[in-house]
Amino acid sequence: MFEGWPLLSLLIWLPIVGGAGVLVLGRADADRARWSALAVAALVFVLALALWVGFEVGVAGMQFIERTPWIQAFGIDYYLGVDGISMPLVVLTAFSTLLVVVAAWEVVRYKPAQYLAAFLIMEGIMIGVFSALDAILFYVFFEAMLIPMFLIIGIWGGPNRIYATLKFFLYTFLGSVMMLVALIYLRTEAGSFAIQDFYGLQLPLATQTLVFLAFLAAFAVKVPMFPVHTWLPDAHVEAPTGGSVILAAITLKIGGYGFLRFSLPITPEASMALDWLLIGLSLIAVVYIGLVAMVQEDLKKLIAYSSIAHMGFVTLAFFLIFRILAGSGSRDGALMALEGGMVQMISHGFVSAAMFLCVGVLYDRMHTRRIADYGGVANRMPVFAGFFVLFAMANAGLPGTSGFVGEFMVILASFQAGFWYAAIAGLTLILGAAYSLWMIKRVVYGEVKSEAVDELQDVSPRERLLLGSLAAVVLFFGIYPAPLIDVMAPSLDALFRIVVPTL
Amino acid sequence: MNFEMPQFALAAPEIWLGVMVCVVLIADLFDRSQEGRIAFFLTQATLLVAIWLAVSTHWGGDREITFNGMYVSDSLAAVLKVAIAGLAAVTLGYSRDYLRQRDLLKGEFYMLALIATLGMFVMASASSLLVLYVGLELLSLSLYAMVAFDRDSRIGAEAAMKYFVLGALSSGMLLYGMSMIYGASGSLLIDDIATRAAAGDNLLLMAFGMTFALVGIAFKFGAAPFHMWIPDVYQGAPTAVTAFLGSAPKIAALALFLRLLADGLGQLHDQWQVMAIILAVGSLAVGNLFALVQTNFKRMLAYSTISHIGFLFLGLIAGTEEGYAAALFYAISYGIMVAGGFGMIILLSRKGFEAEMIDDMRGLNDRHSGYALVMLLLMFSMTGIPGTVGFYAKWLVLQALVDSGMIWLAVVAVIFAVIGAFYYLRVLKAVYFDRAESPTPLEAPIGPRVVVAANGGLVLLLGLFPDTLIEICRAAFGL
Repeated sequence: MFEGWPLLSLLIWLPIVGGAGVLVLGRADADRARWSALAVAALVFVLALALWVGFEVGVAGMQFIERTPWIQAFGIDYYLGVDGISMPLVVLTAFSTLLVVVAAWEVVRYKPAQYLAAFLIMEGIMIGVFSALDAILFYVFFEAMLIPMFLIIGIWGGPNRIYATLKFFLYTFLGSVMMLVALIYLRTEAGSFAIQDFYGLQLPLATQTLVFLAFLAAFAVKVPMFPVHTWLPDAHVEAPTGGSVILAAITLKIGGYGFLRFSLPITPEASMALDWLLIGLSLIAVVYIGLVAMVQEDLKKLIAYSSIAHMGFVTLAFFLIFRILAGSGSRDGALMALEGGMVQMISHGFVSAAMFLCVGVLYDRMHTRRIADYGGVANRMPVFAGFFVLFAMANAGLPGTSGFVGEFMVILASFQAGFWYAAIAGLTLILGAAYSLWMIKRVVYGEVKSEAVDELQDVSPRERLLLGSLAAVVLFFGIYPAPLIDVMAPSLDALFRIVVPTL
Repeated sequence: MNFEMPQFALAAPEIWLGVMVCVVLIADLFDRSQEGRIAFFLTQATLLVAIWLAVSTHWGGDREITFNGMYVSDSLAAVLKVAIAGLAAVTLGYSRDYLRQRDLLKGEFYMLALIATLGMFVMASASSLLVLYVGLELLSLSLYAMVAFDRDSRIGAEAAMKYFVLGALSSGMLLYGMSMIYGASGSLLIDDIATRAAAGDNLLLMAFGMTFALVGIAFKFGAAPFHMWIPDVYQGAPTAVTAFLGSAPKIAALALFLRLLADGLGQLHDQWQVMAIILAVGSLAVGNLFALVQTNFKRMLAYSTISHIGFLFLGLIAGTEEGYAAALFYAISYGIMVAGGFGMIILLSRKGFEAEMIDDMRGLNDRHSGYALVMLLLMFSMTGIPGTVGFYAKWLVLQALVDSGMIWLAVVAVIFAVIGAFYYLRVLKAVYFDRAESPTPLEAPIGPRVVVAANGGLVLLLGLFPDTLIEICRAAFGL
């Protein structure tokens, strides 16, 4: 029924225009702001589902292509399209934003219209990032994301929000302007700004390395990779719940997506030459940051560090492919690593969103995030405890949850790179289980610790709906990941042909 | 020597402005309302007609030279003049209520602004050193008077004094350089100079002249290390004057550079390139680093101007048509942004209280979310974040640099852009994150409010659809 529609444009501009509408409509009336924001977010989600339904599985190339000239003097087009790599991320974005709008319902009292509008505009921009096929268009969306996120953390954040928001902005801005210079350089070589025209440029290794490093600056900060990860815990701790959800669920994925869309296919030789660097940093993220997560006393910080560790796992998967090929020559093994990384990204989107929403539920009631202030929550909030334990398990990679599928695929593939890669990567399961379980033990179980905990109310129907829908998704993809893998496999295969053309 | 009748029609915009200066002066004498209404609206109408005249006489046609080779009519002149008159109209749009509240409203103000505009128009079409200089002095002398317009202000008098002395010094430098160029080439006509330079006559003397001329131009631009007057003058002048002074004359300075160095001394590009690089990097460093520590918003904008001048020079360095087009785009978009910035100060100020400290912006979002949004757009535009016109300005300059192989310079530029982001964000921090001490809703006269809304809207509109303006700037250089 959506055939012939400019579906991607609608997905981008409907939330942006809708956000502006919410801003105007809801200035005086908070309820009107909420309902109109919900209407926009729900409509966008329906369109995203239509995108998924209309997506032709088994096709490697771009679909839903839209192309019109935009800045003609430089051959820049308004050029959109999605493949199996970006389509799931678009749907994830629409889903998370809907959750954020619902989660903000009674909780956000200070300027709710501006809050909701910021998230809707953010949604449109992020979908733009995932569907832009022109480098400058991509860059425009990539950078424009900073504006709403800057405001979200700075206006609705915690006490230390100003430090956090400036740090967030300057880190990511520095990373991305380096990429801009690289993109401009690539255009002089390729003669156009279409990303696909950058593929297959035969650049000398030295040039490739510089371009690769410029991309690395942009995407490593976004992911974030060790040692440029320090903005993330600050940003998460200070951000409001919705901000944390979007940061963890989507913006981190943009870093991973960038590696797949830019770094690997445009600078394959440099990627291969520098894979030791990326693998090393990823392993540090997995092990060291995992250990750091364990000693956190703040719930949000713990989950933030766990996010960094999990994303380290994703970048490990992406750059291990060269070692896998060198180790076993197995193309399937390397492809499995890529698929595992992607599944892990999507799964982490759901799980981390759920974890942050859970913390948000607790914070709304107790106004503290210190783990030590909790204890015995299960006695007063049994339903909530059930959800929280399930998501913590998914975070730890328990079989039957979506978290398991990705990690399992990557570890399986990494055996072909060498035993030690797999052994260190496998530590993520142990560490993840350790900090997740320990957190659960301290927060959820045990005796009721204080009067404040004693007075806790269990989740409301609205919160039940939020957490329930996430639980359903996490379990569904945990038991039956095939639809996800089927969607992305052909595109990853095509990517692989560009990165390693000889095989 | 046979006398050739000049083609007066080609100079229609200047003739129109010259006539209207007299008309405004006389009409104001008969205006007893003491509100300068006639002078104000007559001036705005004059500027609009001037825009129309500039487009209809200069745009699109062949390059034509008249008045014995001293006046040039080409598409570049059209773009420059439209930008100059447009920015003048916008910044004067802010001025009326500001001046009235402070009892400064006199018809002479608008007459001076018109003379300054005439001077800038002359510079945009100058094809002879002498005409260029006459235009420059017409501009400068009017500006000295405008800076000193608040006679009772001590800081204003000091600013005017500083501006006058340094302005005279820079004019002297420029004139000295011009005299050497004249000595080396034997002609005042820029086309002749270009021919002589190409023939390689007296290149050493010409290079000396070029050096002095460039110093003069750098003074007028406010490029480091010739930037000292900018912060004091920007801060000391009445804000309505600062807005005028900070926007349109930058376009005129670009005209000076393009006519003299690009058209006339293009052959000496290798020599002036090095100096321009030093000026550009110095301005980026000085402007951004000093802006970081300012608490006064006007001074901060002044130092940020210096850094933007650095970026503008980066476009000129390449010495290519693309680079000039990028610099032109940069100058126009920067003019729009800075006019908006000073417009915001005017909106937030009232009699007896100049909202010129960054702290005065605190809690603006609580007091008026619309103004806060305009501020957001302006600051992100100056930072160079996409979605605003400032991004394309920076991008075009970087593109020109990379195309001419100066990638290292592009990297230096973006690093300074990141440093610059910090102080723009500090303003937004005050606007959005800090709470106002007294959240009284803001009130402002309708005139400036409409202009500031249009100004912010333009930043966003050009940020989403920059294509037309880019095409125009490129077409001005025949691209």
